[in-house]
Amino acid sequence: MDIPKDKLLWIYERMQLIRVFETRVSTEFGKGKIPGFVHLYAGEEAVAVGICANLTDADYMTSTHRGHGHCVAKGVDVRGMMAELFGKATGICKGKGGSMHIADMDKGMLGANGIVGGGPPLACGSGLTAKTTGTDQVTICFFGDGASEQGTLHESLNLAAIWKLPIIFVAENNGYAESTPAHYHCSVENIADRAAAYNMPGVTIDGNDLFAVYESAHEAVARARAGHGPSLLECKTYRHHGHFEGDAQTYKIAEENEKYRTELDPIKRFKDAVLARSLVSEAEMADIDGRVNAAIDEAVKFAEDSPFPEVQETFTDVYVSY
Amino acid sequence: MAERELNFGEALNEAMRQEMQRDPKVVIMGEDVAGGADVDHLEGDEAWGGVLGVTKGLVKEFGRERVIDTPISESGFIGAAVGAAATGLRPIAEMMFVGFMGVCFDQLLNQGAKLRYMFGGKAKVPLVIRTICGGGYRAAAQHSQVLHSLFTHIPGLKTVVPSTPYDAKGLLISAIRDDDLVIFFEDITFGGIKGAVPEEDYSIPFGKADVKRAGEDVTIVAIGKMVHHSLAAATELEKQGKSAEVIDPRTLSPFDEDTVLSSVEKTGRLVIADESHPRCNVATDIAAMVADKGFDYLNAPIKMVSAPHTPVPFSPPLEDHYLPNPQKINEAALGLF
Repeated sequence: MDIPKDKLLWIYERMQLIRVFETRVSTEFGKGKIPGFVHLYAGEEAVAVGICANLTDADYMTSTHRGHGHCVAKGVDVRGMMAELFGKATGICKGKGGSMHIADMDKGMLGANGIVGGGPPLACGSGLTAKTTGTDQVTICFFGDGASEQGTLHESLNLAAIWKLPIIFVAENNGYAESTPAHYHCSVENIADRAAAYNMPGVTIDGNDLFAVYESAHEAVARARAGHGPSLLECKTYRHHGHFEGDAQTYKIAEENEKYRTELDPIKRFKDAVLARSLVSEAEMADIDGRVNAAIDEAVKFAEDSPFPEVQETFTDVYVSY
Repeated sequence: MAERELNFGEALNEAMRQEMQRDPKVVIMGEDVAGGADVDHLEGDEAWGGVLGVTKGLVKEFGRERVIDTPISESGFIGAAVGAAATGLRPIAEMMFVGFMGVCFDQLLNQGAKLRYMFGGKAKVPLVIRTICGGGYRAAAQHSQVLHSLFTHIPGLKTVVPSTPYDAKGLLISAIRDDDLVIFFEDITFGGIKGAVPEEDYSIPFGKADVKRAGEDVTIVAIGKMVHHSLAAATELEKQGKSAEVIDPRTLSPFDEDTVLSSVEKTGRLVIADESHPRCNVATDIAAMVADKGFDYLNAPIKMVSAPHTPVPFSPPLEDHYLPNPQKINEAALGLF
């Protein structure tokens, strides 16, 4: 499938924006500037971007504890994101949610989630809204291999199937649920094989191949928009960082880790592919790199310069507080 | 000879190790409690041993048959622990964060807590669920909750909230030996707390409060992390000419009413410090009990120091504002004079 040039440039820009954002978050977290827990998405960029390249702002998304990449791919402002991670008043959630609860309703981004398997039922809800109100909005439900063992996911797959909801369930199988490898925690080799039990299409693809993700998502999104119901798309991928920042990652296999950071890196593979086919030039990508780096520098500066929320904010945004 | 000191997690680890040595029916299960299941290069020592490392090393001694990594399936493995407990094992299940109890609530509320009663006493559920609770780690709304009040409300469950390494070991051993379902709350900020812990196994009975500091003028009943804040507040109160008695109930269900009532009879004043939200919590429950059974002892209204009625905010200044601290306890106590 040919992807238009402007879309290819957008894809490269978004993947780099995620990578540079996450790398910078790791640095700022290491400096103690970012409180709490952060779970980084670097290494999985082709999944979020390949999927979201098929969406509009009106489409919905549910996410996971590893949600920064989903936000960036959905077009959430990186300044507001960075400020949120710093706990600042200018954060996209006023500093009240932080990394694990980053959300942007205006972009259809229904929240990162601190509960593994928390998102799929919510996705059924936004799918039901779209179906009931007769829009053509689709919902992307991102979940990890760990969440594939949660009852909530299985209940949601069934609900989406019987109600023919416009949802694309995207399994981001990065091989590990925290420290536990998928081959231990999962009864099947391919999570998408479970789609058969819910009477929906299921496809397993190389999630570090942007083109494969884009094409599979294109088909599943078209099916959902046309009212033909949900799909399950499994993207095999790998996280460059630990489960959380600070994780010593003793459970990883060193050679595997190295391979995914080099030859199997999704951004490198995308670059090599578009250069080989002369679809995008080195200069165009260098230009994007410059803009991305500047945007992240600016986002960090914005976050640092922003004030913390006033303590009265503790008592807002909740029904009855005291 | 100086007494041996352990930190909070080491005391818990030792309690589990000794009970597993004593009773082959004791097993541990939960997410990453061994860590790295089926990873060939991992020997027991390098694996996580739980997200805070509390079960670290146990898999090396007892093997993966008794230290069982589970998928992220809270309903499944908590329910399995209930079923295993009802049929002869004595599981210790680790629920990584208390907020995740939301995922498996049916298995606790409708199954584990009720089997013994519904079956006319013919079943017992000797299960311990260890879980991390508490704010102060900037872990935001779903990972910072204090929910012991919620579980204390449910008949059939016992609730334990230790505040020191000594209590942690003795109470966990009691919990493992107890034939009922015990929820055991471990504050996330306790990692650095050290204290004297005997090497031999020992148990601390449930329903027996500990007076952490004796005093004459005001009673402070404090739960979990609030014990440490209350001791700090008591030190400050001493400088202000007021002598505070700090009582740690240690178990909320069962609850030691007598120790609290005797103290209030002596001091005439009561402050209760609980990191729960302010309504329908253990503090309001204790206040109601003292109003009922110790009304004549009181020389002043009962004061409660709790977290506000909001989810836990992420931003550090908001979370600091949210959390009870020694100053808030100090002010509440001074307000009674």
